[in-house]
Amino acid sequence: MIKHQYDVVIVGAGGAGLRAALEIPEGFSCAVLSKVFPTRSHTGAAQGGIGASLGNEEEDSWEWHMFDTVKGSDYLGDQDAIEIMAKDAVRAIIELEHMGMPFSRTPEGKIAQRKFGGHTRPEDPNDPDSKRIAVKRSCYSADRTGHVMLHTLYENCIKQKVHFFSEFFVTDLVMSGKSCAGVVAMDIATNEIHVFHAKAVMLATGGYGRVFRITSNAHVGTGDGFSFVYNNGLPLQDMEFVQFHPTGLWKLGILISEAARGEGGILLNNKGERFMERYAPTVKDLAPRDMVSRAIITEIREGRGFKGSDGTSYVQLDVSHLPKEVLNDKLPEITGFARTYLGVEPTKEPIPVQPTAHYAMGGIPTTVDAEVTRDKKGTKVTGLYAAGEAACVSVHGSNRLGTNSLLDLIVFGRRGGKAIAKFIKDAEFPPLPEDAADRTIARIDTLMNSKGKEKVGALRTELQEKMMEKVGVFRNEKDLTEMTAEIKSLRERYKEVSIDDKGKIFNTDLMEALELGNLIDTAEPIIHGALVRQESRGAHSREDFPNRDDKKWLKHTLIYKTDGKPKIDLKPVSITRFQPKERKY
Amino acid sequence: MKVTLRIQRYNPERDSEPYYQEFIVEAGDEKERILDLLLQVKWKFDGTLTFRRSCAHGICGSDGMRINGKNRLACSSLLRDVNFKKPIVIEPLPSIPIIKDLVVDMSDFYKKYEAVKPYLVNNSPPPEHERYQSNEDAEKLFESAKCILCGCCTTSCPSSWSDENYIGPAALLKAYRFVFDTRDEAADERLDVVDTPDGAWRCHTIFNCVEACPKEINITWHISKLKKRLAEREM
Repeated sequence: MIKHQYDVVIVGAGGAGLRAALEIPEGFSCAVLSKVFPTRSHTGAAQGGIGASLGNEEEDSWEWHMFDTVKGSDYLGDQDAIEIMAKDAVRAIIELEHMGMPFSRTPEGKIAQRKFGGHTRPEDPNDPDSKRIAVKRSCYSADRTGHVMLHTLYENCIKQKVHFFSEFFVTDLVMSGKSCAGVVAMDIATNEIHVFHAKAVMLATGGYGRVFRITSNAHVGTGDGFSFVYNNGLPLQDMEFVQFHPTGLWKLGILISEAARGEGGILLNNKGERFMERYAPTVKDLAPRDMVSRAIITEIREGRGFKGSDGTSYVQLDVSHLPKEVLNDKLPEITGFARTYLGVEPTKEPIPVQPTAHYAMGGIPTTVDAEVTRDKKGTKVTGLYAAGEAACVSVHGSNRLGTNSLLDLIVFGRRGGKAIAKFIKDAEFPPLPEDAADRTIARIDTLMNSKGKEKVGALRTELQEKMMEKVGVFRNEKDLTEMTAEIKSLRERYKEVSIDDKGKIFNTDLMEALELGNLIDTAEPIIHGALVRQESRGAHSREDFPNRDDKKWLKHTLIYKTDGKPKIDLKPVSITRFQPKERKY
Repeated sequence: MKVTLRIQRYNPERDSEPYYQEFIVEAGDEKERILDLLLQVKWKFDGTLTFRRSCAHGICGSDGMRINGKNRLACSSLLRDVNFKKPIVIEPLPSIPIIKDLVVDMSDFYKKYEAVKPYLVNNSPPPEHERYQSNEDAEKLFESAKCILCGCCTTSCPSSWSDENYIGPAALLKAYRFVFDTRDEAADERLDVVDTPDGAWRCHTIFNCVEACPKEINITWHISKLKKRLAEREM
């Protein structure tokens, strides 16, 4: 076992982790641990843009951005946090530009902006109550916004000589009483266990898309951070809210950005109808993602979808009427995906799409400064921070608007970095428990020596298929109850997993087995959260409770692991400027 | 349909040198990703098979490898892109050290990338708004900014094979990315780095890099622009 001591350890090198690392001042040591080389992080897969009311293309204001985010969240987002994000967005984008991020530009040389789902302005800017119409708020770089943002942040980390441990797989937190004292990690190249003793730890570990069969998420999206927190007796918040992006490439789940609709693409059913006109008469195809995903599944259920050769159904995304320049200059990647993976020529024919598991609205509860909290009163966990998709501030509530995830990364990654910088000035290292790595060592020993008959690949596929079937876009008590039993049984069977690779060099067999444990840990609170929340709100849609119930459920769920059924607690929502209203578009 | 993968294996804990092993896998149709076939081997037949992968749609750059003699990404190569009537030969990226099976040691590649100062340098006080840049100037950077650091280009380059100190096409492309950014002030420092026999001048316009690039970047064109800039600087 190798021991290290750093003032700060950041787990994850996507947008939030890298942005936080840039805030750690000279004179303090900071290590960024990532299970992949930093530019392989999933932030790079974001396509369509990053939201900010720059007003470069038409009049816009942070209040409108805030309102849209609150409404998009179906009023579950914490308005104090959303206000911070919407206000800080303009500064955050300008800062990225100053860091060197290449943006598409307006004719005047400003950052170009495009329309995106759920982002609106009053039709008459002087009358806030006038009809809301789509606004150009998404700052973009063709359809590679996440890619160039991730590279820009990494480049700035190189400039600032940030210390990276690439291909280090974190397996656990080290808790010292009620404080966090570091992390345990495995060097993938050698299987060696490293203990990182730290004053402050930030979890920027991303999402859990791989819990589901059809997902836009990378293979690395295995919910690692959620598992660390859950297994250390700390709560997870609002885990039932899973965003299904409406336009995943059929069969593969690869993201086809909302930018396609922002630029004028439309969705069609098998009758050739632009069906979103019925579900969201004003913004139509640019309704928020939860509504569009439900509309697609409804069309399919009512027989207006297309039957795919794999047995699943899809609808069509048509961009063929858009000018060639728009497709080539503004949407080159996604048109390329359709050609490469489905052999579809988007300039001539529609693209088959279906909802794909995309984003975790819930996660590790934090304050607006990325400090992790342990209960409904918001008591802080000393030394532990979380940001990005892993965290639940909550700015996305029950449904995130497109372009707000990249924004969340850089706004709260930076705030977390600043909070850590302040904290480490006076903080001492908490004592490092002797047994810090014991749990990890035991887990690895068990897997390396197991002769059990369960295999990682098969067990994971079973989990993913069942989650897709029973905890998808629409949910009900029967399916969810069945799934609580399923997850219990999958957890038992996981104990019987054995692996083929018993070696010590780059053992990805072992790593996938550990990741499967994290997936199971993450699925459990998603299922239990979904079962307990007896209402439909945002991305959580209960067939047996079709309405939103503000009286009972305008609350965040907190969920704790126990030996038996997980414990659920409720936490109030911050409501400042906008009282809940019916959500119509 | 059944497809045979002929995969180069090497586990330093066990093998004195690399060898080939064949696996017969089931493919749905010609649109199956090579990556998914490799995953099928790993998940169904042999968990010891080792390769890097993440996004599975050509944006993270993890799964660069040699497929039927060409450097490609396993996730953006489909069966129909290769001859699958015969065993499909899958090998690690050539000319760099193998860690295990298809996993190679990229540390020298990253070191050369860092050598060109791959970050914007502008020490003038920034304006309150963004630094303006014409769309034309911005688009000059887009091709080079598409790079995903997969290593397919550099490891396909005969000049890299024969000169281990050659900085390589990926690093040169990154140098272009910043030298031609109208917002950058450190072009000269970067040009100094590449104005050496092991820098841009080692590129003999063989175009292997262009053929290898999974993002279809015309890397040689970018290197020639760098050379032109170097020549203009001399004058």
